Amino acid sequence: MFNYFLRRLVRASITLIGISIIIFVAIRMSGDPVMSLAPEDATEADIAEIRAELGLDKPVWVQYVIYAKNAVQGDFGRSIRYQQPALDMVAARLPATIHVGLSAFILATLIGVFLGVTTARYRGSGADYSIRMGAILCQSAPGFWLGMILILIFSVNLHWLPASGRGSAAHMVLPVVTLGLAAVASTMRLTRSSMLETLGSEYVRFLRSKGLSEDMIVWKHALRNSFIPVLAVMGLQLGNLMAGAIIVETVFNWPGVGKLMVEALQARDFPIIQAGAFLLSIMMVSINLLVDLLFGIVDPRIRYE
Amino acid sequence: MVGPQASEIRRDKVGPTMTEGVEEVAAAPIAVADTLVRPVPWWAKVPWLPLILLSPMLVFGLFGQWLMPHDPTLIDFTNTQRPPAWLAGGSWSYPLGTDNFGRDLLSTLIDGAYVPLIVAIVGVFGAALIGITLGMVAGYFGGWVDALLMQLVDVKMSIPATLLIILIGSAIGAGLPTILSAIVFLFWASYARVVRGQVLSLRERGYIALARVANCSNFWILTRHILPNVLSTCIVLVTLQFGGAIMIEAGISFLGLGVQPPASTWGLMVSGGRTYLGTAWWMPVFPGIAITMTVMGANLFGDWLRDTLQAQSKA
Repeated sequence: MFNYFLRRLVRASITLIGISIIIFVAIRMSGDPVMSLAPEDATEADIAEIRAELGLDKPVWVQYVIYAKNAVQGDFGRSIRYQQPALDMVAARLPATIHVGLSAFILATLIGVFLGVTTARYRGSGADYSIRMGAILCQSAPGFWLGMILILIFSVNLHWLPASGRGSAAHMVLPVVTLGLAAVASTMRLTRSSMLETLGSEYVRFLRSKGLSEDMIVWKHALRNSFIPVLAVMGLQLGNLMAGAIIVETVFNWPGVGKLMVEALQARDFPIIQAGAFLLSIMMVSINLLVDLLFGIVDPRIRYE
Repeated sequence: MVGPQASEIRRDKVGPTMTEGVEEVAAAPIAVADTLVRPVPWWAKVPWLPLILLSPMLVFGLFGQWLMPHDPTLIDFTNTQRPPAWLAGGSWSYPLGTDNFGRDLLSTLIDGAYVPLIVAIVGVFGAALIGITLGMVAGYFGGWVDALLMQLVDVKMSIPATLLIILIGSAIGAGLPTILSAIVFLFWASYARVVRGQVLSLRERGYIALARVANCSNFWILTRHILPNVLSTCIVLVTLQFGGAIMIEAGISFLGLGVQPPASTWGLMVSGGRTYLGTAWWMPVFPGIAITMTVMGANLFGDWLRDTLQAQSKA
């Protein structure tokens, strides 16, 4: 178990380094930071001085090391627009993102697993067919458009729910549903196919011949064995929901990390984008690591891969 | 090939058993003969639903120029936000209504299909080219090349798609290059993973060993003996990802990182119509329906293709 844990930890660290390199390259490509910092009438000497001050005259790999050192210490520079430390600004928005992302995740898992098990159990029925078509439809519609349609129906026409902002529980409904629908669909499809495989196996036939009730077989015995592939994807799902919130937050004016990053993108406020990207990636990698560990506990075979 | 199988199924169904009537026994041979002379007609094998769903994108994208009832860029401030024809105030010369500049919505919709279509095709094939090459090389040579590639795939999988799009957008700014590189960056890993897995088992086959004995170069073995065997899986992936690419284009346009107005794409139309949700709902709704139809069509077509290819390889 310890070896397995160590291997996963090393892999997660390498992944984080890889992500940091991608962020580093992306930010360096976005333009020369000296030009945005130097005053209009700066001379060649002034520019060279600023360059030296920022460490930009050193070789690229030295620059990366400096940058990584700062990142580890949580220093991503100051927001160009607000003149506040970028990390603090992003961290202040994090609870709102986790709030909506986690709610969508819980909703998606509960409904998705239930629908997946039910459609597998009544395979080939009309309900199975229509739920599956509905799932494909949900996965085919762009999230932001789905959000607009929900606003059109429930806010503009029916006046049931608020279209934007954060505050009461009613504000949560539309963003969470928008974010969760595609996840419900993918969880459902995965659960269904895994369940079908289990339901066709020998031991399920044995349980049936033993005279166990179908409810008992499906929910207790078959679901446990079908859940492993679902669990494997759930980690990725949660991370994607947190980051997928970037677009949904913009549609619903939800004050989370995503909305902050989109605004920063339009204002070319790169320290914010950097800090946001780092924070979301670290979250994603830690969630995946956690799921991997959980996996090792639930399914001992994985440890000896 | 289809004939005997189908007749067996029919015979099973009719099933002349001892308990059943005489008519049924007599009916059986007729049923068999029936299926033998009449094979499955061609139109029953065509995936109609996916094709119908995909048709607006394909027809508008390829022949749009000749289909537009109005000039999609013609601004007419006396004719703004006219509702679709079937609503009060609508007119059949503007079937889907007009936008906030008085442009005909149907014409802009037809005009907006071209860029996503081309971008999706070029992007997905670019990703396939890179992914298949990397996957084949990694699976065939193994060792540190393989380890490095799998690590790269791991890193890619750990970065949420939207985040990667924002990073690419901030690196190279808004425009076509951003959309194309986002599609390639997001999709290459799926090909690499699938192809690598297949090559791992293919390279143990006897004919590969024989090819080596016959002194074929690695390049020859990879392109002539391995590539044809992985292509069918990749074709399915290409179809499925075509829908994904349309979605990515829409998302990028929504974030303002895609092509810029006055050029038009469906994604741009949805995001531009967002402000008019309360006053002119048709502006974001119709392009969104068009996107959803296309993506759904691509997904269903990919599923159909996979099932068909699987059935063929079994037969």
